[in-house]
Amino acid sequence: MNDNLADWTGGTEAIVYQSCGACDAVQYFHRNFCAACGAPDPATKRASGAGKVYATSLVCRAATPETRAHVPYNIVLVDTVEGFRMMAHGDNDLAISDEVTVSYRPFAGRLIPYFGKT
Amino acid sequence: MSFITGVGLTSYGKHEGSSSLDLMSKAAELAIADAGLKRTEIDGILCGYSTVSPHIMLATVFAEHFGIQPSYAHAVQVGGATGLAMTMLAHQLVDAGVARHVLVVGGENRLTGQSRDASIQALAQVGHPDYEVTLGPTIPAYYGLVASRYMHEYGVTQEDLAEFAVLMRAHALTHPGAQFREPITVADVMASKPVAMPLKLLDCCPVSDGGAAFVVSREPTSATGIRIRGCAQAHTHQHVTAAPALSELGAEIAVAKAKSAAGLSIADTRYAAVYDSFTITLAMLLEDLGLAGRGEAAARVRAGHFGRDGAMPLNTHGGLLSYGHCGVGGAMAHLVETHLQMTGRAGPRQVRDASIALLHGDGGVLSSHVSMFLERVR
Repeated sequence: MNDNLADWTGGTEAIVYQSCGACDAVQYFHRNFCAACGAPDPATKRASGAGKVYATSLVCRAATPETRAHVPYNIVLVDTVEGFRMMAHGDNDLAISDEVTVSYRPFAGRLIPYFGKT
Repeated sequence: MSFITGVGLTSYGKHEGSSSLDLMSKAAELAIADAGLKRTEIDGILCGYSTVSPHIMLATVFAEHFGIQPSYAHAVQVGGATGLAMTMLAHQLVDAGVARHVLVVGGENRLTGQSRDASIQALAQVGHPDYEVTLGPTIPAYYGLVASRYMHEYGVTQEDLAEFAVLMRAHALTHPGAQFREPITVADVMASKPVAMPLKLLDCCPVSDGGAAFVVSREPTSATGIRIRGCAQAHTHQHVTAAPALSELGAEIAVAKAKSAAGLSIADTRYAAVYDSFTITLAMLLEDLGLAGRGEAAARVRAGHFGRDGAMPLNTHGGLLSYGHCGVGGAMAHLVETHLQMTGRAGPRQVRDASIALLHGDGGVLSSHVSMFLERVR
């Protein structure tokens, strides 16, 4: 990361994305360049935590003792209002196109983003 | 030009006590014998990978173990698309004169060599280490996400998906090498244990031990030549989070380029061999490839279209879903079966006409695609 805006992957209650000053593309996976146009140093920004459900899959069979303690858990892809897609957890009854807002929960020893209906 | 001159396939399921190299060797020996060649005539080796026995130089480890000294050798890793990617490369190598007979081989003791949890965990690593894997997804969950969206956009139901599991099982019933040979019904699939919804246990391919191999040569070595007529790849993303819209996935791109390279259309195709790691994979790929209209593949299964006696026989060995999935070798079995069909050697599974075949492989989460047309030339 090219600055120190911390996010949930490091245990901070935040979703952070990058925005390119040259082409306006947004990206969720952090790099020190824009994957759309190659321009260096995209701006790091904090997301609002609001979005819409793109896809869901309720995991009923997990592969590790730490994750097995949580089954069933709902893996969701959320299209954020900022324009990037992200993976997270969410309420088990979420449906595609539901408007959602993030909170944070512990999962398998880490902090993860968790979406519920707005 | 290039020809697939020999094929070899072990049974899939449990091979207690066999290593990945043992299974690769067994398949390689069968393929070389099938091509009517001596092992000293093999001058190129392409192999896949083994999650049980990872190695940075698996091709030379295999070559030494098997007892040959090729002039060209390395491993290839494209997940489930590895088998067809190696075949495409072998085609290009012999076509360019780099090698005369390239052995393409994959095999792994994935079922008995490690725990099922270890397999599931190893495969989940195709996800992003920071932004996905930390959330505890599994390969079925990645495909479950895609399934939920596909069902939403095209009105496909869980019962529709179950049809593909039933079809693959019906095909496996008559193959003595298949891992699963008990008939199942749509109701059985629907009642099977939830894994990553909407995918249930019988929507998922098993973990298997097995090996598969073929020889790709510059000239045919027997009366019937099976020519690689044209092939192409497409790679749109790695992680499901970064996947494009359903209408822009790589299968459509790869098959369009393969059709153009081969000078063929879907209407020319007589046999189909399509990657089927999950029922949703098969449903989507059939529709992406143009072998069925959007949301219509299940109806075609119900109408017998993809059956042994149908207009477009599909994965007549039972596919990954019922023949089994040992990693790289998994989808190579599709090509072995295609070769047997094209050369009239499929026994009780033989279809009427397999003169032109379309094969398609998928790696990752619909990330990497290889499409290939094979043609019987005499």
